[in-house]
Amino acid sequence: MVESLPKDPLITPELIADHGLTPEEYERLKGILKREPTYTELGIFSVMWSEHCSYKNSRKQLKNFPTEGPQVLIKAGEENAGVIDVGDGWAVAFKVESHNHPSAVEPFQGAATGVGGILRDIFTMGARPVINMNSLRFGRPNSGQVQQLVDGVVGGIAHYGNCMGIPTIGGDVYYDETYETNCLVNAFSLGVMKINEIQRGEATGVGNPVFYVGAATGKDGIHGATFASTELTEESEAKRSSVQVGDPFMEKLLLEACLELFQTDHIVGIQDMGAAGLTCSTCETASRGGSGVEIDVALVPQREANMTPYEILLSESQERMLVIVKKGREEAVHKIFEKWDLHAVEIGHVTDDGLMRVKYNGKVVAEIPAREIADDAPLYDPPATKPRYLKAVSAWKLSELPQPGSDMTGILTKLLSEPTIGSKKDIYRRYDHMVRTGTVVLPGSDAAVFWMREADKYLSLSADCNGRYCYLDPVMGSRIAVAESARNIVCSGGRPLALTDCLNFGNPTKPEIYWQFKACVEGLKEGCEAFNTPVTGGNVSFYNENPEGAIDPTPLVVMVGQIDKKEHITTQWFKKEGDVVCLLDGLQDDQLAGIGGSEYLRRIHDLKTGCPPVMELEKEKALQDVLLEAIRSGIIRSAHDVSEGGLAVCAAECCFTAPMELESEAVVLGAKLDFSPVARRTPRHDALLFGEQQSRVIVSLAPENLTALEEMAGKAGVQCDLLGTVGGGELTIMVNGETLIKGEVKELGKAWRDAYANAAKTSE
Amino acid sequence: MKIGIVVFPGSNCDYDCLTSFSRLAGEEGLRAETKYVWHKESAPETFDAYVLPGGFSYGDYLRCGAIARFSPIMEEVKAHAEAGRPVIGICNGFQILCEAGLLPGALYMNRDLNFICEHVFLRTERNDTIFTSECRKGEVLNIPIAHGEGNYYADDETLERLEGENLVAFRYCTKDGLVKPEVNPNGSRNNIAGIFNKERTILGMMPHPERAAEIGLGSDDGRKIIVSLLKSLAK
Repeated sequence: MVESLPKDPLITPELIADHGLTPEEYERLKGILKREPTYTELGIFSVMWSEHCSYKNSRKQLKNFPTEGPQVLIKAGEENAGVIDVGDGWAVAFKVESHNHPSAVEPFQGAATGVGGILRDIFTMGARPVINMNSLRFGRPNSGQVQQLVDGVVGGIAHYGNCMGIPTIGGDVYYDETYETNCLVNAFSLGVMKINEIQRGEATGVGNPVFYVGAATGKDGIHGATFASTELTEESEAKRSSVQVGDPFMEKLLLEACLELFQTDHIVGIQDMGAAGLTCSTCETASRGGSGVEIDVALVPQREANMTPYEILLSESQERMLVIVKKGREEAVHKIFEKWDLHAVEIGHVTDDGLMRVKYNGKVVAEIPAREIADDAPLYDPPATKPRYLKAVSAWKLSELPQPGSDMTGILTKLLSEPTIGSKKDIYRRYDHMVRTGTVVLPGSDAAVFWMREADKYLSLSADCNGRYCYLDPVMGSRIAVAESARNIVCSGGRPLALTDCLNFGNPTKPEIYWQFKACVEGLKEGCEAFNTPVTGGNVSFYNENPEGAIDPTPLVVMVGQIDKKEHITTQWFKKEGDVVCLLDGLQDDQLAGIGGSEYLRRIHDLKTGCPPVMELEKEKALQDVLLEAIRSGIIRSAHDVSEGGLAVCAAECCFTAPMELESEAVVLGAKLDFSPVARRTPRHDALLFGEQQSRVIVSLAPENLTALEEMAGKAGVQCDLLGTVGGGELTIMVNGETLIKGEVKELGKAWRDAYANAAKTSE
Repeated sequence: MKIGIVVFPGSNCDYDCLTSFSRLAGEEGLRAETKYVWHKESAPETFDAYVLPGGFSYGDYLRCGAIARFSPIMEEVKAHAEAGRPVIGICNGFQILCEAGLLPGALYMNRDLNFICEHVFLRTERNDTIFTSECRKGEVLNIPIAHGEGNYYADDETLERLEGENLVAFRYCTKDGLVKPEVNPNGSRNNIAGIFNKERTILGMMPHPERAAEIGLGSDDGRKIIVSLLKSLAK
């Protein structure tokens, strides 16, 4: 018999609405229970059916993603994170997740707990997290508010990751007006394990005890999942209590204790308590195990007196796990957690009735069919309408843009000073990016490269998404997100394996937003198919919107690749005087020559329009295949792909991005380049230099290997243009005898290195 | 020889120390047993040297190292050190040695209040010690730092004594070995990156030699410090 508690409020239509449930959803809930819910049950349904937990507005679309492949060991949606095979009995678990809303309201803790949450998703799989990355989107840094936000978010990520001893080795950052009041904080983590050490989040074996381990439960983060499922408004400030507080030290202990536990065979399942805390973990483990779970929440360690079952169940206090222990092994499990000074309390057991039964001091306060609440959440297919702005955007022509003046070097310097393009050292220097001694390429190259010492495997990782491209053409922009992350991995010498995505959008109940969402899913799907990189999981974050409007659609991709041999590792900067410089070009047929949606158009001409660069995936694939073949044959000394800022920015970056850390001054290697061969197929000089045409990579190599490269490219139908040679302290770019760019590499490098500091200085 | 890598709750460079010490011993043809020592052990087996690795012992929520010094293992480390046997503390390990009174001074918050992770240059102040015998005197080493509280402070009197007795092990310097304020990453007094005890049997340093112990990581200068210690233990 399920009982209400004396202080439970009466369930009214207002209370139901406050819980984010529609009248139809409430009817559905009653249908599952076959009665009216108690207040506690209403809370449970409210979080389980929140957008954040149930994916009710996105799940139908997400089914379109390719999720299978010979490398996939655990598929998307099966467990807390996907797992792929990296050979010789080793596997990696990885996932990216958003913590946008909490970070907007409380940047430091919001970002910190974002890292904490994703880490638990990884180690609950049995893996030791060894790599962290993050993808951040902020407004323009010339406002004090944005600077504080950047400082808080970066500080929070550093606080958590550094203390945990997990290197934060890469990611990406954009500063754009669209994220002014809706910053994005997407945290990624990857862990390594032996294949036979993979853990499952399931509750099986009737009578097996259910343990609560880790930090005590407080009132923090109650309804965090519901909070993340609405738009940010003035009142969001009042929901600050929805943001959790992180304790990385506690999580470090929890990590080590769990990994020690996984070396034994004392447990049948483990699940972290993330969004929707204890509620979600009990429902999901029972649902996956095809069983039921009975717990008494009065037994849960509590940080505050007089917490109600409702609060205990919905708390999103951090650093907690649910462990399903084999009967008879309780003592052994206690011993491990005692060693690490952690709570480990038996709060219930596995049953065979398929119910999630919650007691409070023996009284049943909730009794819900576990499979139904976890799997039968309402699914929607909201109306989608093509946004009106697209008509004007796609009609824009290059001829509408005034011809540039003669000071191309000035424009190049200005683009290098863009914080989105410039160095991110201010950020990554605050992250411990070297602990675990595997960071074989320091941050600052196209992809992060990490040597997993325990497995002796080299991984290459890249996070990408240009939200402006996706705004201007969601399908094309999303294809580019996948293509660029794959290209970055290939530039580093790796082959793409799989990806995780974090889909950041506005309010999905608005038809134009939902249209963007559907189109982005389509673009990502096409990209995944082209590179044989299945989606192994991720996260959807809707409602990144405020009264002024929604963010640009930002379907972030983090791709994981593998570098088969140490010798293949390639970085983006020029290595040696006298090397020749070539452009490998997949020859995309781009009417706007990459000017549409470019940084050049946005920052120099203050225009956010045009079709974004064209991405025909077969052409991109051909380019990547040739590049990888060339790298593996050992002839490539550097490879850097053309992205934001175009060919000129790319060439400049090849000159000065070698890590300064290894020298007292920046390593400076200029180049004398002639872009005439590319100019022949480009309509105008600004497009030649700053157009972001896709499927292009600048490589450098010893002159004697040029013929070999040209042959490889020729066979694959990829254009290979000789641009010039590496050397000197200047970068010069000529076209048909005319000097377009001429600058001291030291000065260009300084503009690039000081980009954020200078942008932040021009304060309001 | 037996080397104990002390694991406090929150240590996170224990793995890096273990792998680098054991690999370098192997490369030098030295027989070394490197083992983790859990901080709750009060009287473990005897070790020839202790390593206090980096990390955030007890979360460093109070002062860095302030709680770790009360761990049962520290009694043993103190007795070991007082008997003149070697101890090296790296980063958080250095902070713990200062808190435990085995080395003078303290590590304050970095000058710009942020955590800093980057490669720096260190000048080796003397090479007649068990930790630096593989270096040339004045040799410049490229070794990374990664800390939020590495700003070495000692009062004038202590500083004078350290300088007078040549107990400064490393100073932050330029690539050419010049000790200048602009290459001081954290505000340490006299650009101090590491110090010895009076007998030079204890070394505390903020930079991480174990992170620069193979060329694939950008520098292998750190191996000189580790190998110096390993060779002295082999004698």
